[in-house]
Amino acid sequence: MRYTLLLHYPEMDAATLGEEVLAAGQQAFASYAATLHQAGVLLAAEVLQPSANTTTLTMAGGALHVQDGPFADTKEQLGGTFVIDVPDLDAAIEWGRQAPSIEWGAVEVRPGGVFTVDGAWVPNT
Amino acid sequence: MSGGEAWGVAGRTARASHGRLLALLAAPTGDLAGSEDALSAAYEQALASWPAGGVPRNPEAWLLTVARNRQRDSWKSAYRRSLAPLEAADRLGAPDERLEEVEVDAIGDRRLELLFVCAHPAIDPAVRTPLMLQTVLGLDAARIAAVFNVPASAMAQRLVRAKRRIKEARIPFVVPGRQAMPERLPAVLEAVYGCYAMAWDQDGPGMGGAEVDLRGEAQYLARTLARLLAGESEAWGLAALITLSVARDRGRTGSERVPAGPVPAYLPLDEQDPGMWDARMMAEGDALLRRAASTVTPGSAPGRFQLEAAIQAVHCARARTGATDWYALRTLYTALVAVAPGLGARVALAAVIGRVDGPAAGLSAIERIGDGAPWEVRSAVERFQPYHAARAELLAGAGRRAEASAEFAAAADMASRPGVRDYLLRRAADMGPA
Repeated sequence: MRYTLLLHYPEMDAATLGEEVLAAGQQAFASYAATLHQAGVLLAAEVLQPSANTTTLTMAGGALHVQDGPFADTKEQLGGTFVIDVPDLDAAIEWGRQAPSIEWGAVEVRPGGVFTVDGAWVPNT
Repeated sequence: MSGGEAWGVAGRTARASHGRLLALLAAPTGDLAGSEDALSAAYEQALASWPAGGVPRNPEAWLLTVARNRQRDSWKSAYRRSLAPLEAADRLGAPDERLEEVEVDAIGDRRLELLFVCAHPAIDPAVRTPLMLQTVLGLDAARIAAVFNVPASAMAQRLVRAKRRIKEARIPFVVPGRQAMPERLPAVLEAVYGCYAMAWDQDGPGMGGAEVDLRGEAQYLARTLARLLAGESEAWGLAALITLSVARDRGRTGSERVPAGPVPAYLPLDEQDPGMWDARMMAEGDALLRRAASTVTPGSAPGRFQLEAAIQAVHCARARTGATDWYALRTLYTALVAVAPGLGARVALAAVIGRVDGPAAGLSAIERIGDGAPWEVRSAVERFQPYHAARAELLAGAGRRAEASAEFAAAADMASRPGVRDYLLRRAADMGPA
């Protein structure tokens, strides 16, 4: 069963964080990904660029609107995703609680619905 | 066998085994709703065939086998429709398993797993108790809705949503390991306690009207939980608490519990006649409490439920000794406030201090509740009926009759149960005009 861990946290830049904290955070994410990989549960992981670099598209009233900024402008933003394949929700929660960003934000654990294999949709079971 | 007898056996088996059977059926796939359908189909088949063919030697095994076959049939038809994998069916054993070959002892007991699923942190806390009532005890949504005072359709929807969540998010049917137990057990105990507290609020002793003896069901759940989790002292504590409290049911109103009778009176503890309490159940509660004490990890403090049970035991002891040991109560409530500083416990402690050290000391304790607390807490204190009732009693004890009268009237305004309201209004009148 696939679960996506959605990491939400307040965005801070390198300047406010400081070099050391930034390096420590990167190190924590590196070893988290390595641990997931070694356990054989990691399918994909991505840390996103800040929401300042996001573009949001809407098609209100039939016309395409291209807007600067994230879909929801809140203090906490989606900062990264990990897709894992584990037997059940408890296992997913167990991995989620180990995500480094849990120290400074929320980790949303979301079961997958369907996913693609070679371009074809497959149910998540 | 007559149809009536077969009904009787089916009914008793359903009552005693519902949770056991449902847990066994649902555990492999997490599909509670589908398993409930299969189980009710099995009950129906029992009612159709037992009166003529006789009740099987092992009704539980019979029901389980029939329900499993039913599940398999529906998986097979789903397979034909959607080509879904049949893995889940394979995990249940050979399809030609013969009826009655399953021995009772061979039927495992996965109720504990079921309780932990119902109270899983990913399940809305408000639906945990209703979910237990439905899955473990087999109560239907309409009855549960009546107890929780919500429309039946809303309750049914919440239960359906919770079951879908268990299946789709794949909440596993497992008992948490040692590490996770301290995180997970409190929610389970809380939900069982909720079942008891809800019954107390909604159908208080003698209130009548409620079709289900929820207090009895809560007691049954708590005992089951304690037996299955033999090493957890708080589980025994909860079983003791509920048992000792249920033991005093006949006595709280001064009359037998009459379903749909007149509005029951309310008798405060002091005025209750210990002769009406259930001696056998009090002895059982004491035994459960001793069991709780013997399972406490050495060096750790007794938990909230064990302390509340001990408080109940002190009250029950009056049946033997003729007196209430207020000093013991003060010690216990002080400990309770330390481990679980709830509003109810703090108000009760102030009332006990009033008994032991005099009304002035009690008043000073009760008026300190909420001191320095945020606004929401102080406002909750203001709206807490027992706070006003206890403060009124302390004011009366201190001879401040006019203030006591006003406070009794304020408490009466907030009382949801008619018997309690009548009692408080009478006390207000005793004090003379406000």
